[in-house]
Amino acid sequence: MFNSKQINKLAISFIYAIAIIVALILLFLVSNILINGIPEISWKFIASPSKTFEAGGGISVQLFNTIYLLILSMIISIPIALGAAIYLNEYAPKNDFISVLKTAIEVLSSLPSIVVGLFGFMFFVLKFNFGFSILSGSIALTFFNLPLLTRSIENSLAAIPNLQREAGAALGISRFETVIHVILPAALPSIITGIVLASGRVLGEAAALIFTAGQSSPNLDWLNLNPFSPHSPINPMRPAETLAVHIWKINSEATIPDATKISAGSSAVLLILVFIFNFLARYLGNKIYKKMTAGK
Amino acid sequence: MKKTLIKIVSFIVIAIFLFYGSTHREITSNLNNGKINENENNILIVGSTALQPLAERAADYFQNENPKIIINVQGGGSGAGLTQVQAGSVQIGNSDVFAEQKDGIDAKKLVDHKVAVVGFTPVVNNKIKIANLSMQQLHDIFTGKITNWKELGGNDQPIVVINRASGSGSRTVFESIVLQKGENVLKSQEQDSNGTVRRIVASTPGSISYLGFGEVYGKGIKSLTIDHTKPIASNVENNNWKIWAYEHMYTKGKAKGNVKKFIDFFLSKNVQKTILSKMGYIPLKDMEVEKNAEGIVQ
Amino acid sequence: MEQNELFKQLTKKSVASKKDIFGKYLSLSALILIGITVVAILFFVISRGLTTFTLDKINPFRFLFGTDWQPNNVDKNNNPLVGALPMIFGSFVITLLSALVAAPFAIGTAIFMTEVSNQRGAKIMQSVIELLVGIPSVVYGFIGLTVIVPFVRNTFGGSGFGILSGIIVLFVMILPTITSMSIDALNNVPKIYRESAYSIGATPWQTIYKVVLRSAIPGILTAIVFGLSRAFGEALAVQMVVGNSPVIPQNALSPAATLTSVLTQGIGNTTEGSLQNDVLWSLAMILLLMSLVFNLIIRKIGKKGEMKNNV
Repeated sequence: MFNSKQINKLAISFIYAIAIIVALILLFLVSNILINGIPEISWKFIASPSKTFEAGGGISVQLFNTIYLLILSMIISIPIALGAAIYLNEYAPKNDFISVLKTAIEVLSSLPSIVVGLFGFMFFVLKFNFGFSILSGSIALTFFNLPLLTRSIENSLAAIPNLQREAGAALGISRFETVIHVILPAALPSIITGIVLASGRVLGEAAALIFTAGQSSPNLDWLNLNPFSPHSPINPMRPAETLAVHIWKINSEATIPDATKISAGSSAVLLILVFIFNFLARYLGNKIYKKMTAGK
Repeated sequence: MKKTLIKIVSFIVIAIFLFYGSTHREITSNLNNGKINENENNILIVGSTALQPLAERAADYFQNENPKIIINVQGGGSGAGLTQVQAGSVQIGNSDVFAEQKDGIDAKKLVDHKVAVVGFTPVVNNKIKIANLSMQQLHDIFTGKITNWKELGGNDQPIVVINRASGSGSRTVFESIVLQKGENVLKSQEQDSNGTVRRIVASTPGSISYLGFGEVYGKGIKSLTIDHTKPIASNVENNNWKIWAYEHMYTKGKAKGNVKKFIDFFLSKNVQKTILSKMGYIPLKDMEVEKNAEGIVQ
Repeated sequence: MEQNELFKQLTKKSVASKKDIFGKYLSLSALILIGITVVAILFFVISRGLTTFTLDKINPFRFLFGTDWQPNNVDKNNNPLVGALPMIFGSFVITLLSALVAAPFAIGTAIFMTEVSNQRGAKIMQSVIELLVGIPSVVYGFIGLTVIVPFVRNTFGGSGFGILSGIIVLFVMILPTITSMSIDALNNVPKIYRESAYSIGATPWQTIYKVVLRSAIPGILTAIVFGLSRAFGEALAVQMVVGNSPVIPQNALSPAATLTSVLTQGIGNTTEGSLQNDVLWSLAMILLLMSLVFNLIIRKIGKKGEMKNNV
């Protein structure tokens, strides 16, 4: 039979084979999206609004909606996640109530996006009468963000040594202030990483948004910054179609002759967006970390 | 002991809550509290995905003429459109079917505005050599009695039936004419949207489905004649082509203000003659017959 | 008098501790807000799902085990045909098989990246994997429609739409998720374990197989279950390739339907307050309950892992 060295060789080469297969699959996916998509991307494609029936439409409104929804949902979810994480890490006693709440966060993270979408539709769109709107959509997205963010913030808080908390206590500062002024800044780089990972999920979400943010956008007047005007891009009560929803819609309804091209281009734009986000986060995280450790 | 007791009690409490919630629809749904101001310059239209592109385009033209009015057209399906217009959360609910045909809708509260006529035609993968089917043959294909193109004089190739989603407008119309009432259809693949159906039929050998007249274009797909009648507008107008239906815009109570203005605009010669025909719909004025909610043609 | 004053001053809450209490309750309220949200979702979805059985008087067993799904039709005894078994079966088969196929690939890749490869190779692969997590599932669906469905049709026959295509699409979708979580699990194995194994003369494979993998098992299992739950809840990508035929599939090539595919297709075509709408909510309820079950499994695995590490 084989000796252990031969088995070792066999097994390791097997692992190599698996890794190569997976790398090929991943490479195929990324190149498939990029090769089909990049030729379609042009300034005109990115900066002009979409068309309903003719070829040659762009994605400017969808791109804006995607980023706006992302930002709005982050504005809602970061404070909540921050609060929850601070409580869990700094104050929470060990009792049944807290463990139930912890379970609740886990449950939230495993909810199928379609269920969240339907709940958002029933609750915010209909019951609260928010209608198909950016607000409804960003609340639905918040449900996905909260568990991810809470967990990553909690982890990064836990990684800060207790020494810093004791130092705060010794100076007579309240625990909460220590957290806000000392612990939080120290945990910032890893918190940013968490935020970026959450936004990756948000960028690609479609199922939940179809039912909450809607599938079309009104004509936007880019210079109108009055948040109550329905033409204004920043009005949170207007319906908004994101890039992912746009890809889904133009392909399923297919009223645009060049739907395939536009969806290929949009997919590539999304991929590049995720890439830029990852890159930016690392860069920002490093920079802030350096500034904080070397600055004062 | 104490722990099990707490568990049992909380279990019972949860069960009572859920039972109460499940027997009182008003808690979980919004059936009647929307307040949409009809004169508002912001019109919301939700519903049928088939009517959505047409409504979007008409809304574009309308907004060019009336820049102060904003019209938002959303899809969501006929069911969603009817639900929301009944609840008062939108001004117009688009539907492919009569409100009477849907459970849970009080059709008396809604006002029907028929805005267009759409004809449906069977479509097949264009490698199939057959060009004509009788109504009976079509019926037999969709009930699963005929399963191979050979039986109809084509090649020896299994028939792949691609149906539309259960409850969708196209399917309701198609089945109301091709099948008898209460008849069971063949359980086959179902697809929800026009674009996907077209793509699948074009790429799947031996496949058959149905689409609106305006949706039959592109490579790899062709429409069939039924009993040698061609699927064209003039045949629908005199009901020689049986598979057709209205597109409806429902309002809660009589249409007023800007909502009425938009629907009137939609029914104007301008829209009906140009946009509709271009997109494969049939203008209402051209119809020589009428159909009611029971499907009886006059 | 004076003593009393002093006592008061000493026992009075300082500004700092007031701030602390304020902070404590502020952060607690955020946590409770999350809790309320979850309770609301559970209550609403489950209530709506139960309406089928309480108001519409559908026998739960007929719903769970019936095989005839035609919500618009009734059988001879005027009972609505709402047997959900085909979708439940379809969801389970597709999800389990795709996770089963994805697991070895994901674990192999994770081992490669943490134990075998050099730093640079691992870094490149890691960034590609992170990129893929952000691709919308819609895009996976279209790759499925344009690449996988024709591939299945040309190699195995049939229409190409069916269980096999669904499994392949989900496999590709959850591969990055399971891989990156498995990497975390392997990275969490203390270095000292590996060093001790090597020091007693174990080969790299023996170290990986007998030491690293063993102690990372809870983490890896969690990764797999997490992938399972993501696959179970995935809607749009599966709907595009699975064929959406609500029958119990005969073989891997026949079209099937999943809970999510029927739900996404149907919800817009039904009206609120109708039976057709209620049964769709019941499907959503099943999805929700299943995600709770997956959650429970992950917790159980996590607890077992904890105990092992303590011993």
